[in-house]
This record gives sequence, structure tokens and C-alpha cells, in this order.
Amino acid sequence: MSKMTLKTEGDRYVVVTRKFLASPEAVYRAHTEPQLIQKWMLGPDGWTMPVCINEAKPGGKIRFEWSDGKGNGFYLTGEYVELKPYNKIAHIERMHLPDPTPDNHIETRFDSDGSGTLMTMRMTLPDEKTRAAMLATGMEHGMEASYVRLEGLIEAEAAKNASA
Amino acid sequence: MVNLDTTFRALADPTRRAILARLAAGEATVMELVKPFALTQPAISQHLKVLENAGLIIRRVEGTKRPCRLAQEGVAEIDDWLAMLRKALAKNYDRLDEILACMETKKGRRKT
Repeated sequence: MSKMTLKTEGDRYVVVTRKFLASPEAVYRAHTEPQLIQKWMLGPDGWTMPVCINEAKPGGKIRFEWSDGKGNGFYLTGEYVELKPYNKIAHIERMHLPDPTPDNHIETRFDSDGSGTLMTMRMTLPDEKTRAAMLATGMEHGMEASYVRLEGLIEAEAAKNASA
Repeated sequence: MVNLDTTFRALADPTRRAILARLAAGEATVMELVKPFALTQPAISQHLKVLENAGLIIRRVEGTKRPCRLAQEGVAEIDDWLAMLRKALAKNYDRLDEILACMETKKGRRKT
């Protein structure tokens, strides 16, 4: 079962979509209330978020700290730009690995979809240095050979099949 | 080291994507690429230069020819990062499904 899609948009963005069997209000709250965020925004198994500061208002501060319980950890800071309950969140974030990565501008939308919610998240594609730093942290832990292809290559493949 | 911006700029052009699709079928010389694309040799050479700088193709010397083939490394590098992101997010959202199920149950109880 794969409810999530992840693809590149042009040369600057990554767009992720995911459906949830809950109201936009519930999904929005799970993205903005610290005690809820701490329960799911954890990445690979084994990681926890001991610190979660999340001031859900324009200009409000964000600080998430992750730990793998074995002395490894990293943190993220950010600021809220705009919040439209229960429909849209715009915020800026950066990882500290420990050097701060360039600002990532993220827009998350929650739209009614039947009895559930379609979430669409659009984020800045990190540059090569940032990517390398992110891969070097514990985040790649247990990475499986899941295959994500660039939109361009899928198109190229389709063109090849069409001409064959 | 391959720069991601350079790679995406290289992939943004439909002719260059078509050249990559052709090279996926095997090595080719500039002259072999000129024919199907109805472009001049300098135009194809220019596209190949962009693809080479982006680390997407590799050219070798064979007499007076310089055949091109796909370089797997450039593409694999971006795939690695996207795969990491996909895995972390998929895990997060599976957890979120459970949280949301709990929230809905509580709300249901409150109503009754």
C-alpha cells in the first residue's frame, strides 16, 4: 500500500502528497500541537524528540531536537510565516548538523478529500552540500533500496518506450 | 562532486532528456545522435557538454570519435537523497495515521 507520492517539481522543489483518514482539522492539529508532533515526526525507528517547541502563530519559533538514545542527535530550528487553520501552513526551517543548512521554505496544505484529508507539502530542494550533510546523519539509518526516480528520467523512459 | 543545480538544469531540457533516453539503450557517437534528433552536430555537441558537466554522461576517446554513455553516479546520488526523504516521511505518516485514529476515537466518545 502506497498512499504517499514524492516527486521533484522543476529543478527547485520536492512535492509530497499523502491522504489521511481524518478531518483537515485533526491533521492540521497533529502538525501544530507539540504533544502530538512529538509522537510521530521522528523519522526512522528508534529516534525520539525530547524537545519540541512549536509556537503556531506568524513569526512563532520552531525548535525540534531528535535523539537516537545512543548519544547521536541533531536539531532543527525555524519560524512560522503564515497559518490558516485548518488549511495551510507556511514555515521556514533549517537543520543543524551541527552547521545550519540553507533555509528550507515549506508550504503544507490540508484539503478535504471525501471523508479524509489530502495533504500536499512543497519544499525547497536542498543543494548538494546539504544533501550530503543530511545523508551523513543518522537519517539514512536502515535505508532500504526503495526506488525514487526523477520526474525527468521517468519522462525520458516513457519517451523511449513510445519511440520503441 | 556533482552539483545538484547543474544536474537539474541539465535535465530541464526535453532534448537532453531524450538524449539520455537514447543513451539508456547503449553507447552512441555524436553522429549517431544527430540523425534521430534532426539537430546540427554543434547543437548536439553543446547538449552533450551540458550533460557531461552535470555528471550525467561519460565520454571516452576512440580514435577520432568520442562515444557517450550514461553515468550512473550522478543520478544515483540524487536518488539516494530522495529515497532517504521518502523513507523518513513514509514512516512518520504511518505513525501519524495511528495518532489520527486515536484523536477521532476520543472525539467520537466525547460526542456520545
